[in-house]
Amino acid sequence: MNTRKLLSMVAIASVLLYSCSDDDDNPAQINEEELTTTMTITLTAGNDIVTLRSRDLDGPDGPNAPVLTVSGPLTANTTYAGSIGLLNETETPAEDVREEDIEVEADEHQFFFEVGSGLNVTTEYADTEADYPPLMGTNPVGLEFTLTTTDASTGSFSVTLRHQLKKPNDGTLADAGGSTDIAESFDIDIE
Amino acid sequence: MKRNVIYIVFLLVVNYVFAQDCTKTLSGRVIDFHDGVPLEGATITFNNTTVKTDSNGMYKINKLCATSYAFTVSHEDCNSQVVTVDINEVLDKDFYLEHHLNELLEVNVSGNNKTKTSSSQEETIDKGIIEKYSSAALGDALREIIGVSSLNTGSTIVKPIIQGLSGSRVLIMNNGVRMQDMEWGDEHAPNVDINTAGSVTVVKGAAALRYGGDAIGGVIVMEPNKVAAKDTLFGKTVVTGASNGRGSSIATEVIKGYESGWFWKVQGTLKRFGDVEAPDYILSNTGIFERGGSLSLGNNKFTQGWDAYYSYYRNEIGVLAASHIGNVDDLIQSINSGQPSVIENFTYTIDNPKQDVTHHLGRLRYFKRFEKLGKWTTQYDFQHNQRFEFDIRQTQELRKIPSLDLELTTHTLTSDFVLDSKFDYNLNFGAVLRYQDNFADPSTRARRLIPDYDKFDTGLFVSGTYDINDNVTIDAGVRYDYNQIDAKKFYIKTRWEERGYDQDFNDLIIEDAGTQWLTNPKFDYHSISATTGFNYIFGNNYELRGNYALAQRAPNPSELFSDGLHHSASRIELGDLRIDQETSHKISFSFQKNDENLSWEIAPYANFITDYILLEPTNVELSIRGAFPVWEYRQTNARLLGIDAKLTKKWLPNWKTNHGFSLVKGKETDNDTPLINIPATNLGNSIIFQKEDWNGLVVSLESEYTFRQNEFPDNIIVFSPQAQEDVLLDINTPPEAYHLLHLNADVSVPFFRQSKLNIGVTINNITNNKYRNYLNRQRYFADEVGRNFLLRLTFNY
Repeated sequence: MNTRKLLSMVAIASVLLYSCSDDDDNPAQINEEELTTTMTITLTAGNDIVTLRSRDLDGPDGPNAPVLTVSGPLTANTTYAGSIGLLNETETPAEDVREEDIEVEADEHQFFFEVGSGLNVTTEYADTEADYPPLMGTNPVGLEFTLTTTDASTGSFSVTLRHQLKKPNDGTLADAGGSTDIAESFDIDIE
Repeated sequence: MKRNVIYIVFLLVVNYVFAQDCTKTLSGRVIDFHDGVPLEGATITFNNTTVKTDSNGMYKINKLCATSYAFTVSHEDCNSQVVTVDINEVLDKDFYLEHHLNELLEVNVSGNNKTKTSSSQEETIDKGIIEKYSSAALGDALREIIGVSSLNTGSTIVKPIIQGLSGSRVLIMNNGVRMQDMEWGDEHAPNVDINTAGSVTVVKGAAALRYGGDAIGGVIVMEPNKVAAKDTLFGKTVVTGASNGRGSSIATEVIKGYESGWFWKVQGTLKRFGDVEAPDYILSNTGIFERGGSLSLGNNKFTQGWDAYYSYYRNEIGVLAASHIGNVDDLIQSINSGQPSVIENFTYTIDNPKQDVTHHLGRLRYFKRFEKLGKWTTQYDFQHNQRFEFDIRQTQELRKIPSLDLELTTHTLTSDFVLDSKFDYNLNFGAVLRYQDNFADPSTRARRLIPDYDKFDTGLFVSGTYDINDNVTIDAGVRYDYNQIDAKKFYIKTRWEERGYDQDFNDLIIEDAGTQWLTNPKFDYHSISATTGFNYIFGNNYELRGNYALAQRAPNPSELFSDGLHHSASRIELGDLRIDQETSHKISFSFQKNDENLSWEIAPYANFITDYILLEPTNVELSIRGAFPVWEYRQTNARLLGIDAKLTKKWLPNWKTNHGFSLVKGKETDNDTPLINIPATNLGNSIIFQKEDWNGLVVSLESEYTFRQNEFPDNIIVFSPQAQEDVLLDINTPPEAYHLLHLNADVSVPFFRQSKLNIGVTINNITNNKYRNYLNRQRYFADEVGRNFLLRLTFNY
């Protein structure tokens, strides 16, 4: 009985001492892995280049809203080649999220473009999963797309990136399901 | 056996000497060894003759012969003793019995002794109800108690609410150990297996000070079956199958006791359920896989004893796939569509999002009893809680690693002394020392929601009861707690400023880490709790209890430190470093009558809480991922007024009805606005047919009516990026009232020798009603589970 008591006391003491001994280290900093701070959509028609940018440097955890910039109006009756760049600018140098995460799993991601009422714009996908080897699928991804304007107008242009969604889908968010990585809306002028 | 032989021998001797001069008289008293109290109604048996002690414990046996006798001395709740007395030499003899055997015995102590306090509202559920809920969660079983409801996440994550309060305000004592299992989270269910308990008592309030001073809601005391100090071996296996979820559970235990006081007990539980179903659709990804086991070993003598206990609990819980939403527009869409966004075929597979929690609990306890003084108990316990939460993250690689990985380690040393040798009062005093370490693993590659911290707790308490007379008992107690929390936490610099911490807390910053500050918040809290009350028994089985309890609770880590996007809830949760203790003043009464044909209880209460800490939706924050609802902790003064009432009436020999009603109103006192997440009023009625002759048949039909919660905080207006305008976010509106019917039937049949087999059939939600529950965090996404058939086999051997 006495030995047992002694042993248990020793065990308790050692556990207590052990657990108290290592609390001076500072915890490691975590840089959010899934963070995309900046989306830049470049619309190109010859020399006519318009960029749409959303920049949210403190991410969803931070209180600040993203800063949206649209470099200028779109030209009426023009077809633009659209390309989406994604960065995590909390790291230096900035991490290329498009290349490192989205292209690699393009079969699990898709962009959706929605045009607000009144804005005379149509979009079409200009890439498929097979554009990001070794993937071979034929479903659209949306990192590259075309945007065609008609008459002068104004309205909103929304861009949504979803992952783990239903693929193929009918091109609507409702049908695609999945989880949202990016949801942003730009006010656009067509002149 | 040996004793019996001796006994027989003595009987023969007695017979042999019967012809002698038999005129002697033996007299004396039968006394409780423990406190010296004379025992009334003790029996002394010899030679087919039995005498009983009177109210002073006195006995007198006439016409004894001048020889040795073997007397068997017994009293209920005591171990019988055989004592030989030589009448030639002794004519005056006091017998001592070990009366206070509740340590050792299976709970067969009468009602009043079992209560945890003498003046507070409390209720106990026993074996029958525990077996009925063998395949469910603790919180499901506790809803059988009037005034206890639950805060659910789906149907499997069930947090008990006592008279409107839950989370850190409800302590759970598991086999003498205060559970430290991250109770701060709304979607963190208690990490306990209900099958380890022999009985569960709910104390509705903070009056049971020995367990803790911060139980503003109450205390849930789970206790195992006690093992009698006699040679015994028994066991029990409960097998339950359920149609909804298409799964089953098995819980089994074996207990061995020895005359010498040694005992051991082995227990294990396994539960496996697939997706449960609402009336109209499958609730995808709602399966669970729970495993648990416990082992205890010890030696309980009357004067001293020790025991060691270890339990393991692991639960993998699927979280409704449709509840994983991206942003506020997804939430608006879910609320409007009334249908989950993900409905797949039934499966047992548990996919992301899911929780995977493991709890280890170890305990060593030693007690020593001092004659005519009391009992000293010292206990060390160790707990290790590991929580993983997996989410639908952006890439496959990330989905394999949890987005939340917390490891909580707790060591507690408790020592207390009960002075219970005096007939009219007892006194209990003790101390608690606790050290806790939380480690948030950075390998999640997601920012920590709860930071790394060390926590030290100290508590000192004294409480006592005093019997003024046979009918009136008063009690009182006071407790002091000191808590210190020492955290290391990263704050995003913009958040630090948005919270205004740059004005108040810049001295906490210990390192500049680029976009974040590393800070070292270190806070101390001194808390006082106290209680006093009375218990008055009068008339024909009437009892009146009244209690006042003062309790203070220090904020938990979530209330202080939460900051950022809680992936599993798709909401931004913001704690506040400025949050201080909340203080509750609760007055409660219980007026009851306990009679065979009619028993009822009316239990009103009023709980005034200053600096009540609550979490509520306030706004949305925009980010590149869309807009997320923001839930903020804040403090306010609150008032909870309520009443619990129940009635049981036996109308005919085999027919009785049960009725229960529970109502609570929660308001902010400063502006009279309703508090969030206050349980709706509910009314339960059941009709029970019971016939012992028909294999102990019991059939009950239960009606459960839950009113709509009409008092709720205002909804919030948020900016919807999709609609490009402010919209009303219908986040606080409670769902409609609902009515459910349940049927339960039990019979007991003999089964192999002395064993018994109990067969139970339950149908929950007979009418397959479609409904949503205000206190289910998934009410925005899906209906509650539909009809469920359960078959339950209980083998007692």
